[in-house]
Amino acid sequence: MTPALEIQHLQKRFGTTVAVRDLSLTIAPGEIFGLLGPNGAGKSTTINMISGVCRIDHGTVKIFGHDNRHDYRTTRRITGVMHQEIVTDNFFTIDRALKIHAGFYGVPRDEIWRQLLIERLGLGPHLHKPMNKLSGGMKRRFMVAKALIHKPRLLILDEPTAGVDVELRRALWQFVREINREGTTILLTTHYLEEAEQMCDRIAIMNRGDLVALDRTKQLLARIQQRQVIVHLATPLSKPPAELTDFGATLRENGQTLCLELPKEGGIGALLPKLCGLGLPVRDLEMPRPGLEEVFITLTGSQQRSDPGGRQ
Amino acid sequence: MIAPLRQPPSFVPWLPFITLLKKEVLRFLRVSFQTLLAPIVTASLYLFVFGATLGERLSVVEGFSYAQFVVPGLVLMGVISNSFANTSSSVFISRYLGNFVDLLVTPITGWQFILAYTLAAMLRGLLVGSAVWGISTLFVDLPWSHPLAALLMAAMASFLFAQFGLIAAIHANTMDALSMFNNFLILPLIYLGGVFYPVSILPPLWARLSRFNPLLYLIDGFRQAILGVGDVPLLQAFAVTSLLALTLFGWAALLIGRGYKLRT
Repeated sequence: MTPALEIQHLQKRFGTTVAVRDLSLTIAPGEIFGLLGPNGAGKSTTINMISGVCRIDHGTVKIFGHDNRHDYRTTRRITGVMHQEIVTDNFFTIDRALKIHAGFYGVPRDEIWRQLLIERLGLGPHLHKPMNKLSGGMKRRFMVAKALIHKPRLLILDEPTAGVDVELRRALWQFVREINREGTTILLTTHYLEEAEQMCDRIAIMNRGDLVALDRTKQLLARIQQRQVIVHLATPLSKPPAELTDFGATLRENGQTLCLELPKEGGIGALLPKLCGLGLPVRDLEMPRPGLEEVFITLTGSQQRSDPGGRQ
Repeated sequence: MIAPLRQPPSFVPWLPFITLLKKEVLRFLRVSFQTLLAPIVTASLYLFVFGATLGERLSVVEGFSYAQFVVPGLVLMGVISNSFANTSSSVFISRYLGNFVDLLVTPITGWQFILAYTLAAMLRGLLVGSAVWGISTLFVDLPWSHPLAALLMAAMASFLFAQFGLIAAIHANTMDALSMFNNFLILPLIYLGGVFYPVSILPPLWARLSRFNPLLYLIDGFRQAILGVGDVPLLQAFAVTSLLALTLFGWAALLIGRGYKLRT
């Protein structure tokens, strides 16, 4: 099957700084793919190279088999992009701007689809307002509609929920899921790792221009073997019990919480008899699940180079 | 739920171009006080000064009043300034506000881009020029010796300055830099190009230097097409203007084709 997106040895340099270094990845049709990384990782540059905003120094980008430089009219027609920055043209109302954007993509008026976008994104009451009269959240909704107005097969969302309230975030992700179920491939970047964890089938993590991880979300989470056990005590301790030194015991909250780390080898079975044997006044016990945040910090934290000033 | 998404969209190849052209025309019509009315009022003030007051008392070309002499120059000045202003401000503001990326991600080709921006700018320039000419009929009668040639010169002037506006908008990094193109290049060339006087009345050295001003050929050619007299042969005026228009068009096409300062 032709991949929705196929990136081969993509490279981009700004002056002496390498923004993206030898990036290769493939996204299958119908996938929700997350591209994560700290600020300056190269996510937006990658997206800009895919969408045509940024020139490619080296490498190739193919969208549903079409090269985005040699066959750019096709690739741009089947790609929808929601940029990270809020970009609107204040000369026009939402209504007019949506019609203009459909025209830019060569799509004749499709009133049913346009109305559906307006309805689902709650743009109806604001349809005839000029852009500069809209709130930030409403502008974001408009940008989603704008990216979808030509029914793209690949939808790129660059930080779509940045600065957006919880309600809109939920509504937006729900809508994205529905669009995905209808066959649209999604490539998204987000700073909300929980969202990426819930939304994405696979995740790539970039750091300082390099691809540092690419795996199915579950597999990526499984990389963090070390788990924590938090013991809430009925009466506080003055110091961590010496018997639990092997478990990296530390005290928090004035001695009322005991934090322990399970070793990579062996599990809770080794810890429980010791805990019981000590006769500690245990009130509650929890084992937080390792999240993408831990994976992210582990991968991006360990990849910092010794030359913080440059990435030559 | 979102079943309409299953129906693949149809694609009309010329629609991106038509839409961009329509958008550019709508853009200047939405602020028509600034883009149409203001330049018409300014030109009308010139017409009043030269038409109703000084025009009949002066003569710089035999057989014509000063008002008749100056009106073609004022019409062309309106065409030139507004064609330049339309492309330069539209592209620069889009770049400045960041919404230019909306165009970069669409299937609009470089040629469609140039053509749409150029035609919208030509329309604005020619609308202002026509309005200035319309108002001038209150003060003077023009002989219109070669009306088609006059129309062609006006169209070439608007085309040429639409290209120059594109080039300036791409090269300029600040609003200040953009205004420098207008204030320190276009306006001096217009004023020294014979809008208000025939270069033949200048001292020989200045008259010779004026021949290096490309706008002299444009302004003189247009005036000659209307009045039937001028300092430069009409064919030469056409040749120089065409050459300049093609050069600027090539320059603009090169910048846009390469995405210079448009794509990072």
